[in-house]
Amino acid sequence: MLKEKDKIFKNIYGYDDWGIEGSRKRGIWSNTKDLIAKGSDYIIEEIKKSDLRGRGGAGFPAGLKWSFMPKNSGKPHYLVINADESEPGTCKDREILRNDPHLLLEGCLVAGFAMQAHACYIYIRGEYYNESSNLQKAIDEAYVASLIGKNACGSKWDFDIFLHRGAGAYICGEETALLESLEGKKGQPRLKPPFPAGAGLYGCPTTVTNVETVAVVPTILRRGAQWFAGIGNPKNTGTKIFSISGHVNNPCNVEEEMGIPLKELIEKHAGGVIGGWDNLLAVIPGGASVSLIPKSICDNIKMDFDSLQGVQSGLGTAAVIVMNKTTDIVEAITRLSYFYKHESCGQCTPCREGTGWMFRIMKKMIDGNVQHEDIDKLLDVTKQVEGHTICALGDAAAWPIQGLMRHFRPEIEKRIEENQQRKAVA
Amino acid sequence: MPKITIDNREIEFENGMTVMQACELANVEIPRFCYHDKLSIAGNCRMCLVEMEKSPKPIASCAMPAGEGMVIKTNTDLVKSARRGVMEFLLINHPLDCPICDQGGECDLQDQALHYGFDKSRYEENKRAVNNKHMGPLVGTIMTRCIHCTRCVRFSTEVAGVDDLGMLGRGENAEITTYLEKTIKSELSGNVIDLCPVGALTSKPYEFKARPWELKKTETIDVFDAMGSSIRIDSLGKTVLRVLPRLNEEINEEWINDKSRFAIDGLTKQRLDKPFMRKNSKFQIVDWNTALSIIVTEINNRNKNKTLALSGKLTDIETLYSAKSFLNSIGSSSYDCRYDNAQFIENQRDSYIFNSSIQKIDDADAILIIGSNPRWEATVLNARIRKAYIHNNCKIGLIGKAIDLTYTYKHLSNNIDYLNDILNDQSDFCTVLKKAKKPLIIIGTSAINFSDGKDILKVCAEIAKKYQITNHNFNGLNILQQDISRVGALDIGFYNNFFDLDYKNSLKQHIQNYKPVVFLLGLDEIDLSILQDSFVVYLGHHGDATANIADIILPIPAFPEKTSTFVNMEGRVMQTTKSYNPIGESKEEWKIFRALSDQFENKLNFNNLNELRQEIITKFIFLKEINSLPSVLLSKFGLPVKIKNRELEYNIKNFYMTDSISRSSVTMAKCSKEILDKVA
Repeated sequence: MLKEKDKIFKNIYGYDDWGIEGSRKRGIWSNTKDLIAKGSDYIIEEIKKSDLRGRGGAGFPAGLKWSFMPKNSGKPHYLVINADESEPGTCKDREILRNDPHLLLEGCLVAGFAMQAHACYIYIRGEYYNESSNLQKAIDEAYVASLIGKNACGSKWDFDIFLHRGAGAYICGEETALLESLEGKKGQPRLKPPFPAGAGLYGCPTTVTNVETVAVVPTILRRGAQWFAGIGNPKNTGTKIFSISGHVNNPCNVEEEMGIPLKELIEKHAGGVIGGWDNLLAVIPGGASVSLIPKSICDNIKMDFDSLQGVQSGLGTAAVIVMNKTTDIVEAITRLSYFYKHESCGQCTPCREGTGWMFRIMKKMIDGNVQHEDIDKLLDVTKQVEGHTICALGDAAAWPIQGLMRHFRPEIEKRIEENQQRKAVA
Repeated sequence: MPKITIDNREIEFENGMTVMQACELANVEIPRFCYHDKLSIAGNCRMCLVEMEKSPKPIASCAMPAGEGMVIKTNTDLVKSARRGVMEFLLINHPLDCPICDQGGECDLQDQALHYGFDKSRYEENKRAVNNKHMGPLVGTIMTRCIHCTRCVRFSTEVAGVDDLGMLGRGENAEITTYLEKTIKSELSGNVIDLCPVGALTSKPYEFKARPWELKKTETIDVFDAMGSSIRIDSLGKTVLRVLPRLNEEINEEWINDKSRFAIDGLTKQRLDKPFMRKNSKFQIVDWNTALSIIVTEINNRNKNKTLALSGKLTDIETLYSAKSFLNSIGSSSYDCRYDNAQFIENQRDSYIFNSSIQKIDDADAILIIGSNPRWEATVLNARIRKAYIHNNCKIGLIGKAIDLTYTYKHLSNNIDYLNDILNDQSDFCTVLKKAKKPLIIIGTSAINFSDGKDILKVCAEIAKKYQITNHNFNGLNILQQDISRVGALDIGFYNNFFDLDYKNSLKQHIQNYKPVVFLLGLDEIDLSILQDSFVVYLGHHGDATANIADIILPIPAFPEKTSTFVNMEGRVMQTTKSYNPIGESKEEWKIFRALSDQFENKLNFNNLNELRQEIITKFIFLKEINSLPSVLLSKFGLPVKIKNRELEYNIKNFYMTDSISRSSVTMAKCSKEILDKVA
């Protein structure tokens, strides 16, 4: 259980003033100049020591990623903040953007300085209208207070922040598609290599990073890497905002310690599963892209990157989607399949053709209107999509179905048999 | 050199290569749909997946840079399974209409399905259908067949330089389209048909005409502009059904323009198939002997030693040489090829050829274009300039009317006297030329087709010298010819200094004075009124306007019907190959002149094509070397003079109708109406 004093996001529920005055009272922008004065290498080293892992879903070590930025490239460096939070079930960044925007902005400055960027673009999801308006206001306030802009915070570092609103495509949350979209092109992922750190926005060294990852940086620097690394488990450190939704009595966003047991998280913060813990069917622990885990695993699982990976699922964005026994689990996963079919960019073959195919088989499976061998066919299709695409959307479309088959195959077989009996009767 | 291991074989590769290119070095073929040598890498078809050691996922070999010590496997079960998977995905929504598909037999998808396809379909859902798109009179679409490789989009944006094609929609609903169903406004649009790996983009004029395996394929040379692009003519009987480009890195790479590709339907329209004679202002069919004897009588009755021969756009060396020899044999030296009055400097070959070679445009970092619209005069060459513009950041300046050249250029002036400013260092562009490491000058014939043409050449030569565009081993001063015939004609001396400077008036004077027999060697670009009082013998294959006023019409074969020698704009000697026998009674020109000479004192010596060519080669040794570039020429043109003010006017008014073949083509008529909004 995370202690109140260890919380980083002090205004996550918006009870306090999100403007510059309130933010200052919470300690934001208090000694930013001193943080910057410690130098770029120090900052990156501290982040490495803190074992902070990216909060956008992949969980890549943040300090390591930042260190990929070239030292003397001769080109401008860019920091791009991925605020295109579109993963179904996820709404953690939203709370930061609307209730604590200055926390993000301060993080942008410090992180941007660390990677020697003078410009930062925040790519915000198009649907986040109020969030973008709060954020823009915060940016304006920061400019007026000389916290950003020329000689930001008196640090002699020039730093501009630009807000860019997306147009509502899920794929634009993929970092290279985001860069394409930011450049004014069609949002389609780029081939890697080259990676953004080498050739990103406008062909210049760029780091794309999630809102939450950047927002925690100033606090880590203020309180020390040791403090952050002391929370949670080794390699899975720090605090994390969990978005709990679905069949719980009290859906909420909550900042908690990394590695908190799933059961504790749901019962303590979300008021428990509707109908009690025993009424739990399954949980999708990290947003739509990861495999679901059935109750048997939920009983003991810890909510961190490595534990969830151990059960062939993932922490993803820590969006916990709870489903109790009233759920038609096949239909639920079919809905996710539909989402991926709808959001596939259409660039590469396996995803363009495979997502539609997977969805159509899934749709028939709801009523069991398939043959037994179709389950293996579907699994084979997911295997052909997984790992063969340009970006991770192909994997994301495949994993929920693989998870369903791994844990609920008997359920589908039952439906097939029932359907065959119905047909025989008719 | 770095090393890479491919299928347990270590090979050396060059830095900058991709894994796919390295595999090709190792003779391992990688299937692909979206990858194309000349286009940017898209990596979207995923057919070229290979296994790389230490990578958990298979990699797209077309996009992955090859690295030292990489271990690549291309024949593992994982790779095979991935390719079979991609193939299956491509086929689930692809219609099975191969029997009626124009691409059938030359379809990448069909070919790859043989290796990686399943014998039955596992896809039980409905297939996707896509509405066809209108792309103009040349490119037909059956969009359900599209596999979204985006080659066509990349070609049109990168090579052709038009943004008319693109992909709309997302996921399964992604469609290749011209957005608002507009015509592709590019002179290179036909190339997307070749690029399309399936039958989604097809040739509209060729639609449902034939199956590729029943066509006779002849490798030959294109004659519609002066580049001499390598092409393949596919014919069925005596009809040309298709023209396709052949790979020739030095000239046309893999592209040809739409006129070369689609004007061929003009070969079957308006053809002259028998000799005709004018009698009482009407044409009568006559036999060859009668026609020739009339000509002989007329030559004898008129000023024999003033007999004229004027060549046209498509006249080959054999014709030029035999006509010249014949005229010489009857005591005349009145022949010329400069119907457009374009000037050159006598005995200085570098004053009328493209000295730098076409390929060297790739390296250029500054180009000064003078009085030329390369987009219409040599479309594929223009694509090279665009390539230099994109890859070398080549700076381009234009003297002439502002036009869309598919790349950004600095418009310097409409007037030719701007050359004085450049010579005297009074132009901004001088700084560009000074800074450039490999600058070029391209002079169009529209700049030098006035009486001051020679002066312009002299000034340009001086500019070239001043800005190091020519130096001891390189000549960057280029003349962009428009006709495949011109360089050869000048090379073998098919001109008379009497017609210098003011072709039209001197010709008029000549005809008025001597009222001679005039041989028009397929020449249609002539003011018909000046031919009055002469006896006009028209040697041509199309009943164009000039044929109408002729006294005798002699039918000759069109370019696919004979083998000819040409010299392209670079001074490169080329030979075409005959695709099929001439239609009707048409006969090669050299045979006509040989037959005519029989009726005069001095007979021509050659009796067949071989003997003719032998004779030509003996007289003009440089014509012996086929397909090789001439060595660098650097001669002095003389002292520069001040150029007088004159507004430049491009001499091609309609790209799609420049010669008798394209003027007879229905397809070209449709193009000029739909694309240029011109009726003729």
